[in-house]
Amino acid sequence: MAALRALQQRRALPRLLRARRPYGSAPSPEPLKGRILQYLCDRFYDIEYLVDWSAKLRYISLRRKNMYYGYTKDHYGDNVAAAYFVLCNRGRVRFQGQESWFCVDQNGKYSSDFLQLRDVPVVAVDLAGSVLNYDGLDNLVKLTALKSLDLSRCPHVDDWALTRLHVFKDSLEELSLAGCPRVTERGLACLHQLEHLRRLDLSHLPSVPAPGLIRILVEEMLPWCEVVGLAPLSGAQTSGDGREEPGGDRRAGEIPGGSAPSLS
Amino acid sequence: MIRAARLCRGLGLLRARPLLDPAGDSAPGPRRLRTGQPQRRDLFSGLEKEVVKFRKKLKESLPGSDWDPFGTTKGLPPERADVVIVGGGVMGWSVAYWLKVLEPKRDALRVVVIEKDPTYSRASTVLSAGGIRQQFSLPENIQMSLYSAFFLRTINEHLGVVNEPPIDIQFNPSGYLFLASEDRAAVLEENVNIQRAEGAEVSLLSPAQLKKKYPWINTDGVAVASYGLENEGWFDPWSLLNAFRRKAMSMGVYQCFGEVISFTLSSREITVPEGELTFSRINYVCVQMPNSLEYQLVECSLVINAAGPWSQKLAEMAGIGVGPPNTQEGIKLPVEPRKRYIFVWHCPDGPGLDCPMLVDTTGAYFRREGMGGNYLGGLSPAEEEEPDIQDLEVDHDFFQEKIWPHLAQRVPVFESLKVKSAWAGYYDYNTFDQNAVLGPHPLVENMLFITGFSGHGLQQSPAAGRAMAELILNGRFKTINMEKFSFNRFLSGEQVLERNIV
Repeated sequence: MAALRALQQRRALPRLLRARRPYGSAPSPEPLKGRILQYLCDRFYDIEYLVDWSAKLRYISLRRKNMYYGYTKDHYGDNVAAAYFVLCNRGRVRFQGQESWFCVDQNGKYSSDFLQLRDVPVVAVDLAGSVLNYDGLDNLVKLTALKSLDLSRCPHVDDWALTRLHVFKDSLEELSLAGCPRVTERGLACLHQLEHLRRLDLSHLPSVPAPGLIRILVEEMLPWCEVVGLAPLSGAQTSGDGREEPGGDRRAGEIPGGSAPSLS
Repeated sequence: MIRAARLCRGLGLLRARPLLDPAGDSAPGPRRLRTGQPQRRDLFSGLEKEVVKFRKKLKESLPGSDWDPFGTTKGLPPERADVVIVGGGVMGWSVAYWLKVLEPKRDALRVVVIEKDPTYSRASTVLSAGGIRQQFSLPENIQMSLYSAFFLRTINEHLGVVNEPPIDIQFNPSGYLFLASEDRAAVLEENVNIQRAEGAEVSLLSPAQLKKKYPWINTDGVAVASYGLENEGWFDPWSLLNAFRRKAMSMGVYQCFGEVISFTLSSREITVPEGELTFSRINYVCVQMPNSLEYQLVECSLVINAAGPWSQKLAEMAGIGVGPPNTQEGIKLPVEPRKRYIFVWHCPDGPGLDCPMLVDTTGAYFRREGMGGNYLGGLSPAEEEEPDIQDLEVDHDFFQEKIWPHLAQRVPVFESLKVKSAWAGYYDYNTFDQNAVLGPHPLVENMLFITGFSGHGLQQSPAAGRAMAELILNGRFKTINMEKFSFNRFLSGEQVLERNIV
């Protein structure tokens, strides 16, 4: 019996990573593997603790990847530290006055030429698909001349991380949040601080309900900016004055057609 | 011998004796000396009393155990608990959660949370507007809010339960915008300096900058404005309460729906230079079940008063404030319920997505609600015009006469709006200095207060709960020092004033 349980635990381990429900996904029928793990978790304390510890380990590893590069900052300055952080997270970075981007090749190697560019400000950062989160932005907030920031498909960039982008209000001209599953329309509200923003990419945001309405609200909020993405759903009409009357008895705070998970 | 007979009778070991005939046929011999009715020694006299005594004897023979062979009604609290938290709002559940988290041994503490209203219909937590801000004037308040913002940001790490969906508190990071007129401009700037020193990101705006950023504001009478750039906004209080509750219950906290009707205290008199003081200790908490006369005595070692607006009533049950007026025993807990209204209205051309929580020079506040052009707001009335606290009925004239003129003056678009709904809730208002009361009572040794937050309790609940748990488990505050908020300030008369109350 104990051996069988141990065998089940061993088999369940690779599935620990896949059992969690990701953000922004509709409640689809769970695959068989997830259901077996759920069944075991409900019945055995040890499996529940294993799943809990694996979640905690994931948080620890995420924090480690987003840690503050203080040593590099003290020795090489903010710009080089930011570039180092970006390259360690497999992103690309471009300095002012340079045409080419510093990036990482297939083996994860990058050249250390950027260490020479001590006082040259960074103008473009591409962190698409990286594990950047609120804490990782510690490394980027000191970039006063940043013009372009690409955060598309970052699974851990959420509304809280967007609140830190206000530091770029004097310089940022291009921002991409395409495909970020945790960004909702509430986080988009704090982008009004970015006065110089000229291009905002908001395509494929699964957590934003009523994309057509949000697009109009964002365009009104940022009149000089070109908003890409958030196309209205097929068949939805946008009215002339741009704001739709909420239909029926809607409780305050409820988002029409929202898919936010609710607690029982 | 007689006792053994009674016990045996109670146990049902003896057969029923035949009824003795008063005439006394079957017992000739000794003369009957008694003139009254003989005691009928049948099975049913005093049966109930015997059963109760038997139960008590059985319980005494199984010390420390919860097992009761006759079973108990569902929903009763356990008979013994280490910490009893009276009040199941966000403060009570926050303390319960932190007690379980900060105690490394799994079942070392038995924590019971007692809540009198299962529907939370009058609870301040769920009726709150849900704002969180760092723009206070007291450094401890700012630190509490900063910690709570950190907690809310990492809420899934703290309150995530295995195999449950991720918690979404629907945080709107739109910030608070405080407007100040000429005479309060200096105070606002001073507050902003204090906030920046504590690490809050707050920016000051001149009227011109304000107009440029928010063209829908009428900047007449505004000398300076302060806007919180990070960690400020509003969220859904019900989600936070449920997250705390779910996580605490998954860690073994007992939940009980019932009302505390009395305490059983034991006291002793101690002579101090000033006279005689009565130190007392709560031994039992008497909890009455909802809609029932049934009650349960919970033997406990600590009682935490997280009852919010009703904290004073609970404290009086423990004898706090019941005494001659000029003595230590006579000092009441100065927390009263104060009714506050929130109105929801719709305005089609109102401020857009960037609308912050705007707090006017007059104290009226409003914020955007959802994406459909709805807004909600209110105003704290002046001291003389406090509404009646008997019920939670809304006075719609209050909006017409007091709030709307200020709103229309500040935001001209709000001259045409339509009120959609309104509700009222209680502040647990600290009449002494509008700040929290946190810590033990000097005379009632095992009652701890965590109440009196006067409208900013929800945003400080994670930090305050943690402070209380640290106080209980470690004897002192570790993360944020909250000694300023102790009960002793009511005895010494020092007010810890907060200048920025909304």
